[in-house]
Amino acid sequence: MPRKSITTKQKIEYLSILDSSGEVDEALDPKLDADRSLYLYRLILLARRLDERCIALQRQGRIGTYGPCRGQEAAHCAASFVMEAEDWVVHAYREPGSFYHRGWPLETVLMFWGGYEEGCRPPEGVNDTPIAVPIASQALHAMGIAWGMKLRGDHRAVLCYCGDGGTSEGDFHEAMNFAGAYHLPVIFLVQNNHWAISFPRERQTASETIAQKAIAYGFDGLQLDGNDPLSVYVGTKEAVDKAKASGGPSLIEAVTYRMTVHTTADDPTKYRSAEEVEPWEKLDPIIRYQKYLKKRSILDQKLIDEIEADVIAEVAGAVERYEALGTPDPLDAFPNNYAQLPAELVEQREEFKAALEREGWTSGEGRG
Amino acid sequence: MASMNMVTALNMALDDALRTDEAVVVLGQDVGQDEGVFRVTADLLKRYGEKRVIDTPLAEAAIVGGAVGLALYGLKPVAEMQFSGFSYQAFHQIEQHVARFRNRTQSRFSMPMVIRMPYGGGIRALEHHSESREAYFAHTPGLQMVIPSTPRNARALLLESIRHPDPVIFFEPKATYRAFKEEVPEEPETMPLGKAQVVREGSNITLIAYGAMMRPTLEAADDLSESAGVSVEVIDLLTVSPLDTETITNSVAKTGRAVVVHEGPRTCGIGAEVVARIVEKSLLYLEAPVRRVTGFDVQFPYFARERAFLPGADRISQAAREVLAF
Ligand SMILES: Cc1ncc(C[n+]2csc(CCOP(=O)(O)OP(=O)(O)O)c2C)c(N)n1
Ligand SMILES: [Mg+2]
Repeated sequence: MPRKSITTKQKIEYLSILDSSGEVDEALDPKLDADRSLYLYRLILLARRLDERCIALQRQGRIGTYGPCRGQEAAHCAASFVMEAEDWVVHAYREPGSFYHRGWPLETVLMFWGGYEEGCRPPEGVNDTPIAVPIASQALHAMGIAWGMKLRGDHRAVLCYCGDGGTSEGDFHEAMNFAGAYHLPVIFLVQNNHWAISFPRERQTASETIAQKAIAYGFDGLQLDGNDPLSVYVGTKEAVDKAKASGGPSLIEAVTYRMTVHTTADDPTKYRSAEEVEPWEKLDPIIRYQKYLKKRSILDQKLIDEIEADVIAEVAGAVERYEALGTPDPLDAFPNNYAQLPAELVEQREEFKAALEREGWTSGEGRG
Repeated sequence: MASMNMVTALNMALDDALRTDEAVVVLGQDVGQDEGVFRVTADLLKRYGEKRVIDTPLAEAAIVGGAVGLALYGLKPVAEMQFSGFSYQAFHQIEQHVARFRNRTQSRFSMPMVIRMPYGGGIRALEHHSESREAYFAHTPGLQMVIPSTPRNARALLLESIRHPDPVIFFEPKATYRAFKEEVPEEPETMPLGKAQVVREGSNITLIAYGAMMRPTLEAADDLSESAGVSVEVIDLLTVSPLDTETITNSVAKTGRAVVVHEGPRTCGIGAEVVARIVEKSLLYLEAPVRRVTGFDVQFPYFARERAFLPGADRISQAAREVLAF
């Protein structure tokens, strides 16, 4: 009967380990060994160089519309880096480094942006879902995979990517609610890059942080510096360990910034100023990780140059393999729609084949 | 008269509506500051301010469900789905409420709203950006489903749709957006919904199409008359639901032969309905079976394979030749 106040959990934490000048909080530093540190450095650099190459390829008409991850490399590379092979990674579309780390051939990433269905086929044995274009729809799948893990009694976890804009979709909230209600081993990682095309984070939600949305669903939210590979690694690792120990879901808000266009079809000068972007240049994840690794004597200029050359060569190799693919057969649109093609579709396929021959198509793209 | 592309013409209709009816509001993702990802809403925020032209958070169900509330409160929402492939996030609101409010409340409330969205392939876009699923909406009682094909009819039909007392799903053929220009009058102009247009008169065969497929269909008609001396009648459906049965069946009664063209999958597509009406009303006039030239019943391919997949003039005139030779 009395009107009284109820105290609910209100606090969320913010995690920052390595700042932009390369200073590190010793107590929080995960102190990854040299091999793992260099692997992560190379992975982040590869995401950057691949991204740059994709933009160039788009400009030359060699792939289609591309959504760059520039500035956000640490936020996805260091998170997927935590996941074991038996864990699952559920992707959005701004995580090229994650695909590479998880074992997708780099040319597969190019194939997606190049308009080939094959770019969505996860390699055998890789527990990932492909690029998901419909915003936040994948959050429900991550929840469902985690549900399966729980029903089967497997101590595994699911990492799910989403954007700040995605947190406005119903699917995001339904996924969070089920995950909380069933206490599922899933980590929702929101890359808050401050923009959803032209719509800024401040207008997307009245919540002060995205991380705090977890509280309403009964689990922990953590905001962290998404441009700091160490924070992303530590925050994700804690959440994954907790999930595997039956501790339930987590929401991680990786605060980062979309340094360039939303996609190559976008013109950001219509909605944001160069002055807004500029300070983020100094917060670049690669620069600070280099500084840190140099201080730890894991990296020196010689090694930096070697890794750079190695990464450039690997990306170039993938581009070469992508371009050697040849022109795709339009008839490929048929076989994968059903385990067995229904009779009607067998007939339609024949009709299509006859039309292609009559019309002189030798590929999907142009006339031969 | 000024010559313009479909994007400009649609923008003009939105401007006409906002200027002449203070109840009209335009809402959607990136429609304000960014002026729409295809720039259909160019300058509207500047002209009418943020109470009339509203950038929303990223949630289609909230855009459409919210538009239901706005309409109940006396506004006339013109909602944009950024691509038709993302309208499914709002499908429950469209099916359960937009389409039903009038009937449920026994006409106490109506749903004067337009839900605009670009549809169709041919622009080298990513997955979910190229489909043609007009049949979903045409199948839903209570909705009208409009698909323009040229700048001038786009402007007239959009303005009419906004002024209409009942909800309209307005599909914009994105491949046509900037494909060509047409003279459009300065003065606001409308066209009735539910009326097809005979865009070319002829006596040997009727080609029926709509939206982005009008161009290859007209190309096929040119080819048939130039290379084979065929007198081709061409019908642009413009409204695919409710369908203008009379225009279709009158034409077929005259020509005795027909080909229906659409981009979307064949099964249960608009073509199936057109053929059913022909069979019901003009069967005995038919000289040959009616043919459908459509997308196949498979997922629309990613863009490396899309051009060959899309029905083109060749495929349409080949079907017409077969019907003529029957
Ligand atoms: C359901 C749905 N609605 C709209 C779109 C069009 N769209 C593509 S990306 C995007 C913005 C996404 O913003 P955010 O979630 O912050 O991710 P970011 O692109 O910034 O990584 C929109 C509206 C879409 N892909 N899916
Ligand atoms: Mg974003």
